[in-house]
Amino acid sequence: MRAYTPKDDVQKKPYYTDRYWVAPQVAKSDVSEDAVFAADLEMLKGYFDVLDAYIQKDQMVVVIHAKDNFGVIELLKNVCDYNQLSELSAIDWLATEGKFEIFYQMLSMSKRKRLRIKCKISEKESIQSVEKLFRSADWSEREMYDMFGIVINNHPYMRRILMPDDWEGFPLRKTYPLQGDEFAQWYEVDKIFGKEAREIIGPEIRDSARVDRYDTERFARLGHEVPRGADISQGEPDTPLVYQEAEGVFMIEKFDAEKSVVISDRDR
Amino acid sequence: MQQSNRLRPFFENITFDRDDNELILNFGPQHPSAHGQLRLMLHLQQEQITKAHPDIGYLHRGMEKMAENMIYNEFMPTTDRMDYIASSSNNYGFALAVERLIGLEVPRRAKVIRMMLLETNRLMSHLFWLATTALDIGAMTVFLFAFREREYLMDLIEDYCGARLTHAAVRIGGVPLDLPDNFIPDLRKFLDKLPENIKDYEDLLDTNRIWKMRMENVGVISKEMALSWGCSGIMLRASGVEWDIRKEEPYELYDEVEFNVPVSDKGDNYARYKLYMAEMRESAKILYQVLDMYEGTEPALMAHAPQYISAPKIDIMTQNYSLMQHFVLVTQGMRPPVGEVYAATESPKGELGFYINSQGGAYPYRLKLRAPSFWHTGILTDLLPGHYIPDVVSIIGTTNIVFGEVDR
Repeated sequence: MRAYTPKDDVQKKPYYTDRYWVAPQVAKSDVSEDAVFAADLEMLKGYFDVLDAYIQKDQMVVVIHAKDNFGVIELLKNVCDYNQLSELSAIDWLATEGKFEIFYQMLSMSKRKRLRIKCKISEKESIQSVEKLFRSADWSEREMYDMFGIVINNHPYMRRILMPDDWEGFPLRKTYPLQGDEFAQWYEVDKIFGKEAREIIGPEIRDSARVDRYDTERFARLGHEVPRGADISQGEPDTPLVYQEAEGVFMIEKFDAEKSVVISDRDR
Repeated sequence: MQQSNRLRPFFENITFDRDDNELILNFGPQHPSAHGQLRLMLHLQQEQITKAHPDIGYLHRGMEKMAENMIYNEFMPTTDRMDYIASSSNNYGFALAVERLIGLEVPRRAKVIRMMLLETNRLMSHLFWLATTALDIGAMTVFLFAFREREYLMDLIEDYCGARLTHAAVRIGGVPLDLPDNFIPDLRKFLDKLPENIKDYEDLLDTNRIWKMRMENVGVISKEMALSWGCSGIMLRASGVEWDIRKEEPYELYDEVEFNVPVSDKGDNYARYKLYMAEMRESAKILYQVLDMYEGTEPALMAHAPQYISAPKIDIMTQNYSLMQHFVLVTQGMRPPVGEVYAATESPKGELGFYINSQGGAYPYRLKLRAPSFWHTGILTDLLPGHYIPDVVSIIGTTNIVFGEVDR
């Protein structure tokens, strides 16, 4: 029987992990250690539920309910003076908890502080757009939809941004293989030549590291050249090496090591 | 009915059944002044743009996905392919994020070399920007001049790491190599001549009538718009926000060097051009100070952290334990602690951020690349309407977008 491989996370895994390996943790400190963050957190707690808050690597992380995202960011922007939304994206936890984690990376230039708002939604849920507050969220949310399939409510132009509009599947999900799925294999063939050409052309080879040693269509065999398309699976013919240079080339002098000059100083 | 899925001409930019005068024009993806693979769908009334839709993704390689399937050190050369005009700054941004995650302290000599790399990369990037933008506007001479200077810098980088474009010149925990013998005198020679060169460009452009007509009061970005669109770097500083991460959240040795952050409140193309020029001078200033710091530093180039970083080669070749560590680190990769980090650096284009979520494995669980050009392309949606077709070229020029970074 073939060994079972989990399908919900097809990312590469380390082939060996020590039995007694315990991963160390990045230290989290209490928010009260930083006066500026503590004040911001107090402000947030006055209006919204805060599930968790801590400081990690000099940045505050605040975990909230997904339904509060617009309100929290509005408050942070208008009251706490976090004037830029530098980044917004998601993390796929579908395999372990069936949820996406969405993070908003914010920056306050007046306080010189960065904080991260995090919330979780399940696969079928959608989240409110914050594009009305920060225009930068327009493209970030489109990218998040494109990569994870997270639907955004009230977004002005909810379309794919990096992948083609008619693409199937969401590339950054853990279920999506690195080399692409079957749809990806046929996408360009179907698009350019039509479905009926599938038989003739074959699927796109999406594994960039794949080398077929009998393939004389795509691979040159240096030193053992055969005509293009020749079948060498039953053994290959001996190719005598003939170099064009042996008989001299028109206009090109023969290389003479004695006459060559090595330029040592490039005179900058 | 036209079918778009065959190799047949498909006239998507011509609309036949409309009463109004609106023309939809495809600017790119193969336009020489689109600076890469940018497709802009422009709705035009005569020559005036009423609506703009930047369409990106033509260079999408899925770097974030690739990162999830690579060990940390393996990803370093991939970061070169983001902003390939100044690849060391991407290498550095990634290295910094991982170092912060692990909590590594980098030796001083490595810091000095990194500073040199970062600032030479900034000069290279700004020179490239000047050359291509000037060429777009029609100033061929400036293009040739600026490429000549950039060539010297590329030679210098080549002397250091062997590559001209995709450097991979920074490692997690330090730098791979010490400076070659001639590096410092050569760089000094270049820097001594740089003010003259910059003056040449400015003499050609500053009061040039055509340049001013194409640049002044074109592409004005207000302060609010720049902040709202997540602009950073010169795009932000030209709009009157004094924010330079090197100054505000100093990393490496930026708190030890003296430099100014040029700011303008005009927000137009010309302001951005002036800031690029001023920043080149500031970079030279930083480089002079960093060159003096090199002397007298300890020779160590990589941090000492046997759990994460391979020992120096001499130890690997002589000591069994170092060799074993090295073998494990190369085959399995380092395993940073569980946690997350967002590290932002000031790349030549703006705020380059790396968000890493590590679950204690050899592969990052999630890596998000925050590339400044992504939003600098997005802002075209709001910036272009109202402008005319020739302005599109100069605006794209001064946004300084690089598509390796936009599409990742």
